[in-house]
Amino acid sequence: MTADAPSSSPPVPANGDGDGDGELLLRAEHVKKYFPIRSGVLLQREVARVHAVDDVSIDLRAGETLGLVGESGCGKSTLARCIARLFPLTSGSVVFEGQDISRLSRRKLRPVRRELQLVFQDPYASLNPRKRVGEILSDPLRIHNYGNRNEVKRRVRELLELVGLSPEHINRYPHEFSGGQRQRIGVARALALHPKLIIADEPVSALDVSIRAQVINLLDDLQDELHLTYIFIAHDLGVVRHVSDRIAVMYLGKIVEVSPAEELYQRPVHPYTEALLSAVPIPDPDLSDRRVQIVLEGDVPSPIVPPSGCRFHPRCRYATKICAQQEPPLAEYGGGHMAACHHPLNLGLPAAPARTGADAGAAGPLPAAAGAEVPAEEPQ
Amino acid sequence: MTGEPLLEVRDLKVSFRTEDGLVQAVDGVSLSLSQGETLGIVGESGSGKSVTMMSVMRLISDPNARFEGEVLYKGRDLMTLKAEQIREIRGTGIAMIFQDPMTSLNPVYRVGWQITEQIRAHENVSKQAARARAIELLAAVGIPQAAERVDNYPHEFSGGMRQRVMIAMAVSCNPDILIADEPTTALDVTIQAQILSLLRKLKDEFGTAVVLITHDMGVVADMADRIAVMYAGRIVEQGSRREVFYDAQHPYTWGLLGSIARLDRPKPRRLATIPGQPPSLLRLPEGCAFGDRCAHRFELCDERPPLLNRVDGNHLDACHLEPKQKKELRETTIHPELIETAE
Repeated sequence: MTADAPSSSPPVPANGDGDGDGELLLRAEHVKKYFPIRSGVLLQREVARVHAVDDVSIDLRAGETLGLVGESGCGKSTLARCIARLFPLTSGSVVFEGQDISRLSRRKLRPVRRELQLVFQDPYASLNPRKRVGEILSDPLRIHNYGNRNEVKRRVRELLELVGLSPEHINRYPHEFSGGQRQRIGVARALALHPKLIIADEPVSALDVSIRAQVINLLDDLQDELHLTYIFIAHDLGVVRHVSDRIAVMYLGKIVEVSPAEELYQRPVHPYTEALLSAVPIPDPDLSDRRVQIVLEGDVPSPIVPPSGCRFHPRCRYATKICAQQEPPLAEYGGGHMAACHHPLNLGLPAAPARTGADAGAAGPLPAAAGAEVPAEEPQ
Repeated sequence: MTGEPLLEVRDLKVSFRTEDGLVQAVDGVSLSLSQGETLGIVGESGSGKSVTMMSVMRLISDPNARFEGEVLYKGRDLMTLKAEQIREIRGTGIAMIFQDPMTSLNPVYRVGWQITEQIRAHENVSKQAARARAIELLAAVGIPQAAERVDNYPHEFSGGMRQRVMIAMAVSCNPDILIADEPTTALDVTIQAQILSLLRKLKDEFGTAVVLITHDMGVVADMADRIAVMYAGRIVEQGSRREVFYDAQHPYTWGLLGSIARLDRPKPRRLATIPGQPPSLLRLPEGCAFGDRCAHRFELCDERPPLLNRVDGNHLDACHLEPKQKKELRETTIHPELIETAE
C-alpha cells in the first residue's frame, strides 16, 4: 500500500461461504514480490523493479477453493509461487498451518512441501519426457522417504487409479499419453504425498474443451474424496466460477476484488471485474447479440512503473480525479465481498444468497445494471 | 449474403503419408462461403479445421501430403493453379491470420517493412506510398501513434498489438476472404474482445467474408453467421448460428455445448463431459468416428459412417439417429443438470 492508505489493512477474511470447515489453513499478509531489473556488464546495478505482486493479503480456509483470476501479467502465478515458497518473498509473510514459511530455510521447508503441491499448466513441459510414469510418480515418494520399495509401488498404483488411469500405464513415457491423460499424471504427482493444499496454475488451459471438463470433474471429485484445499488459477472465468468457492480478482499485482464465487458474477463491485466478465463470450447467439459488451481500451500497463493511485484508472470508464491520486483500500461490502475502488458498482443490488448453485438465473453476468452507477464526481 | 458463393470447397480430402501409415486429416469436407459472410469452423485439436483452410490457401508444402477435391474461388479451382497464380490470389483474394502472432511475424524486420513488402508484392506502388498505406492500416486496426510504431520490431508490441499488426497485414490488399485461424486463442479475454470487435468492424466496412477457425463456442456464437462443426476430419454438423446453438442435431455438438463452463446459466453440479478422446486419424473406425464416445450409439453406427444429411434448409447433420429421437435425447445430453434439479 502507498503511504496515504492505512498500512494496517486486515487480510481478506475467509469467512464468506465456501466449503471451508472454518479452520484457517493459510494466511498471506502483505506479500510483495519485486523482480529486480539489472543493467551493466560487471557491476550489475539494479535499475528498476517489476512490481509483480504488490502488497497482497489473503486467507484460505481448509476445504475451500480459491479462484485467482486476472489478465496475463497480473501476478496471479507469481502470488501462487510466493505462497508455495518457490522463491523468496521481497517482504510479507505466509503462514501455513500456523507456521510462517516465508523465511524458512530449504531444509526446514521440506516437510512443508509435502503439504503444499503444485499442478502446472502445460502437461507437456512439466513432465520429464525421459522418465516413465512410474518414476515420475515415485520420485516425490522417494525424496520424502515414503517407505520401502513395495510401499512406494503400491502408492504409485493407487495414485494412477485415483486419477482415472490404468495401473498398467506405469511403464509408459509421457509422450504415450494424450494431453488430458498427462494432466492427470501431473495431478497424481501432486497428490503423491497426501498434501493439504494444491495450487493449480491454469491446469486446464492447454486442454480441449471436452477434455477440460473431464479434468475439472476429476479435480472436483478428488477434493471431496481427499478433503483438499485448492488455489485455482485460471483466466477462463467460466471454469473459475465452476470450481471456486471464493474468487480473487487481480490486476497489476494487487487484489482488486475478492468475493464468494456466485456473488462475484452477479454483483461485481470493481469496474475491472465488470469489464472482465463482460469480455467473456457467451455461447448463446441471442444473449450474445443482446448484451452490451464493455471493451477495455489498451493493454495492461507496465508493472515496472505502475500507474499512480488506482492502478486500473487509465483503462477505467468510471475514473475520476481521485482515482489517479489515491489508491483505494480494499473495503468490505458484506458477506465477505471486498473490493478496492473509489466508485464501486452494483451497491444497490442485494447480495447474492450464498452458495446458490441452481437459482442463479440466466441473467447473471450481463452487466446491464452497471450503467446507472456512473460516479457523481466530475470526470477527468 | 446471397448469390454466387465466393468460395466453394467440394469434397476436399487431405491425407499425409507417415511412418505409421496414412493419416486422413481431412475426409471429404464441403463448404461454401458467400460475400460478406462469416463462417465459423469449430472442433477440437486434430479435427482438421486448420488443415482444411491451409489447403484452401495451398499452404501445405509437405511432399507426403495428398489432396483430392476442388476448391473453387470465383469459379477457379485453386487446387490446379500454378504456384505463381496462387501467389496472386493469396493476399489480394484470400488472406490468413494465425493463432500466434509472434511466430507469424518475422522478428528481425520492422513491422512497417513487413506490411509494405506485402503491398509492394501485389501492387505497383512506390515505397513511400506503401509506407503511408502501412501507417494508415496500423491506425485503422487501432494501434496508437501508428506513424512511430511502424518502425518498431514485433517484440516491441504486446500480444494483442501483434495480432492487430497481423490483421493490418492481412487486409492490406483488400482481400475478399479473411481466414482467421484461432486469432484470439493466445490472448486474454479483454484483448480477445478488442480483436473480435476489430474483425467485426473490418467486416462491416469492407464487406470481407471471414472464415473463423476456433474451438471456443462463445466466439462463434458472437461472430459467425454459419457454423460448421468438425470432428476427425469431417464436418458433422453445419447450419446457421441459431440452428447449431438452438437446434443442434449431432451428439458431438451436444457434447461441445454441454461441456462449456458457462456464465449465462446456473452453475451445474458437474460439467457434462464427452468421455474418452478423439480417435486416431491413422485408424478411423469403420462406422461413425464419434461412435466410441457417443452415449446414443446403436448397431448402424458401427456399420457405416453417417452421411451429411439435410435437416432442413441449409442445416446439415451427419448422424444415424432419427430426428425425432434426437429431440428427446438432446436436452438430457446438453443440460443434465436441468434434469437433475427437476427430479
